[in-house]
Amino acid sequence: MNTGTITVAYLIAGVLFIRSLGGLSKQESARNGNYFGIAGMVLAVLVTAVSWATHGLSGTAIALLTSSIAIGTFVGAGLARRVEMTGMPELVAILHSFVGLAAVLVGLSSYMAPSPAAAVHEAQTDSSHLVHLVEICVGIAVGALTFTGSIVAWAKLRGSLSGKPLLLPGRHVLNATLAIAMVAFAMMFAMAPTPSAGLPWVLAITALAGLLGVHLVMAIGGADMPVVVSLLNSYSGWAAASAGFVLSNDLLIVTGALVGASGTILSIIMCRAMNRSILSVVFGGFGTGESKTSAAPVEGEVREITSDSLAQRLADAKRVIVVPGYGMAVARAQGSVNELCRTLRDRGVTVRFAIHPVAGRLPGHMNVLLAEAGVPYDIVREMEEINHDFDTTDVVLVIGANDIVNPAALDDTASPIYGMPVLEVWKSALVVVFKRGMAAGYAGIENPLFFHENCNMLFGDAKKSTDALVTAVRAK
Amino acid sequence: MRIGIPKERATDERRVAATPESVQSLLKLGFEVAIEEGAGSASGVHDDDYVAAGATILSQDKILGESDLVLKIQPPSLDEIACLREGSLLISLVQPERDPARLPALAARKVNVLALERIPRVTRAQKMDVLSSMANLAGYRAVIESANHFAGLFSKSVTAAGSAPPARVLVIGAGVAGLAAIGAARALGAEVRAFDTRAAAREQVESMGAAFLEVTLEESGDGGGGYAKVMSPEFIAAEMALFRAQAAEVDVIITTALVPGTRAPTLLPEDVVDALKPGSVIVDLAAEQGGNCVFTEPGQVIQRKGVHIVGYANLTSRMAPVASRFFANNLVNLLSEMRTGGEFRVDLTDEVIRPAMLVYDGEILPAPPRKEPSPQAPAKPKSVAPPPREAKTAQTKLQSPARSAWVTNVFGMVVVGLLFLLGRFAPNAFLQHFTVFVLACFVGWQVIWSVSPSLHTPLMSVTNAISGIIVVGGMLQIHGDFSVASVLGALAVLVATVNIAGGFLVTHRMLAMFRRDGGAR
Repeated sequence: MNTGTITVAYLIAGVLFIRSLGGLSKQESARNGNYFGIAGMVLAVLVTAVSWATHGLSGTAIALLTSSIAIGTFVGAGLARRVEMTGMPELVAILHSFVGLAAVLVGLSSYMAPSPAAAVHEAQTDSSHLVHLVEICVGIAVGALTFTGSIVAWAKLRGSLSGKPLLLPGRHVLNATLAIAMVAFAMMFAMAPTPSAGLPWVLAITALAGLLGVHLVMAIGGADMPVVVSLLNSYSGWAAASAGFVLSNDLLIVTGALVGASGTILSIIMCRAMNRSILSVVFGGFGTGESKTSAAPVEGEVREITSDSLAQRLADAKRVIVVPGYGMAVARAQGSVNELCRTLRDRGVTVRFAIHPVAGRLPGHMNVLLAEAGVPYDIVREMEEINHDFDTTDVVLVIGANDIVNPAALDDTASPIYGMPVLEVWKSALVVVFKRGMAAGYAGIENPLFFHENCNMLFGDAKKSTDALVTAVRAK
Repeated sequence: MRIGIPKERATDERRVAATPESVQSLLKLGFEVAIEEGAGSASGVHDDDYVAAGATILSQDKILGESDLVLKIQPPSLDEIACLREGSLLISLVQPERDPARLPALAARKVNVLALERIPRVTRAQKMDVLSSMANLAGYRAVIESANHFAGLFSKSVTAAGSAPPARVLVIGAGVAGLAAIGAARALGAEVRAFDTRAAAREQVESMGAAFLEVTLEESGDGGGGYAKVMSPEFIAAEMALFRAQAAEVDVIITTALVPGTRAPTLLPEDVVDALKPGSVIVDLAAEQGGNCVFTEPGQVIQRKGVHIVGYANLTSRMAPVASRFFANNLVNLLSEMRTGGEFRVDLTDEVIRPAMLVYDGEILPAPPRKEPSPQAPAKPKSVAPPPREAKTAQTKLQSPARSAWVTNVFGMVVVGLLFLLGRFAPNAFLQHFTVFVLACFVGWQVIWSVSPSLHTPLMSVTNAISGIIVVGGMLQIHGDFSVASVLGALAVLVATVNIAGGFLVTHRMLAMFRRDGGAR
């Protein structure tokens, strides 16, 4: 197969990938988007396989290729089929790590035995040789960082590692030292006369980058995981793109850049939603602000409400908004919440859901959980769509959320979350907060909302409370 | 204890303070109930209905003279007071400011008096608040009366013979009556605007679907207890200018402005009324207290230059059956509240009862210190300090590419400079790839911003899958022989395939879960 055909096939695959991402802009086109992605992938793999087969056909190679593809597909399909929607963050994190690992492997492999395509331009000049070596270093470093960072994120999400941030003294100095050491090793590597002499250096870079990845993510707390996962998503894209530079493969570059941009945008959105600066995320150890106390101590009485009287208020209400948070996922209450939603809707109550961008552990996590439970997506609204509607709402149910409904973010300049966009639930006639106890949210700050006159608490497990509420509403 | 319910003798009063249902409730509370002959006939209740509910029917003398507790609606006349038994309790509207002789007469008669209009408008007392329940009906009725006299259509109408715009209704004073009027006018299809001097009213007005008008002058008119206070001359001038401008536009004006204890403020002077189109209607709910319009004749409808001015004094009486029912229910709620612990008594320490007690044990009681919160929600809960001056009024915009054009521009210049440097020194092949890379970044940047936030999780899993494209790199590294490089390449293929298969499949699974409302479930 000639190079022109391959290039055109790659071009088409790239366009299909762009359409795939574009398709996700709306619910209606999202499924087609996924199919576009699959089509692009199949096309790219097929064309590569054909071209590869014409270059170096041998029994061992074919066995190696087919067995890896078979095992990979089997494992991937198994993971995808079995994963629970509450476990999506873990799956996404581990898949990021695979991209990083693949980038490392490809980088190393191409250093040891340059593929024919890369070898062509490599032989030309000294400067292009140097550029190629730098590409390999960058590719491997980004890949290794993504790999270990994602593994740590995965372990934190699963709970195998504590969600508490690990804050080593002088951690910024440590990061800087690691980075400088990598640059130094890269110079040694570039000056190495033969590939075998350069190998130890590149392995050392891999190890250092891996260490850096571990350290960066260890320093980040559990509640900041949406940002970390988005950031690793973008790293995995950059890793793929740099592998593309290593192999002089435009399709890899394009796809990597798309994924990288996507992850970056998600990180930016998450950072805005949590009021963090993107730079402090990139350099790790953010979200651990020194001051945890609000300047205005919150005083007042917390009012409890019984599920029976809440059921009456719900039955009398015209408009109800449900604000779910990670607590709902932990209590696995989404099914009961959907049941409540249906019961109320059958009685003619308008029920909508308000989703804060950082609710959950993954961008859009709440939407997936609610969709799984059977909540129609057109009543699930984004924060910016629904924030104006709270003042005409009769009852707001806050289920397992805390910081995202904290009014201090708007008016208390001393609050650590000041400036973070929040759902303005307190504007409604009645707010009921489902909570296990009076513990503070992840940000570790008091929530003045709980002391508002129109706010009532319903203590207990979110699932049990919701179930009791469903029964009580049906009895009305 | 015996409750007596006399017939209302005031002119145009059709209501009655008890219905058969309320009689039953009172009996359940342990009272005996006696009703004056024919008391309910104007409300559509026959004496037989009361008897069936368990009440006895007596003459006026016996009702007033032999009951322990007299429930009435209108303030008692001096004749009625003379008939009341010493030591009995009268519960009714009293309005001593309208007739200064009333209270001394009651005190002289040693009748204990609970004035319904003085019950504070706190949350606990809402169910006993006859002013609210009656104002609610009056607001509704005001719209109906205006529609009756209005020569046009209330709702927008489009017919083959031409079309008519909806009526424009201006409601002045957005208290209970004003809000009810807004609701009724909206229900008839009119376009409604409302004015109130209290800032707290804006939210309520807008929640009823009316536009809130305001004058440019800053002054809060909250006089406590849900009423407005008297405003400064500058404010009133600005207010008049607003009404004049509005009068030229609207078809119906409903005024509900009352300030407790004094004459109603004049809101519609001659020039405002003259600005109205012929065929327009003014309904003055403050007619009894002197009227908000200068031309209002209490109890009458007059016509002036083609404009109807409705000054019916007792609008609720025109809906006597339902008004009686609401009023009677308020009374039942009040009595059951006063009957705590199995015994009925007047608790002068009770914060709801005490302000309403005007006469006790032959003495006129002084008014207790006022502490009345507004019946509707106050603007801000107490526990929250007002936002500091620099507080953000608008929330951060999440779903937009760039926040600061300035930073973006400077950053862009730096990048352009670096690119030129790169172009000077980098080899050609690299630059070609770099071009592709930068363009792809921009395409990604443009495409991803439009992704719906609800699809961010599927977005991540799809990008997971397509970043598995690195499989291509792995494949190219598998060479003919079984070398380390080949094995590394094969491993890369393996993990990349996990990504591809896992990513696409799980995305498919997730997207299949998203269902529209009304879809198959």
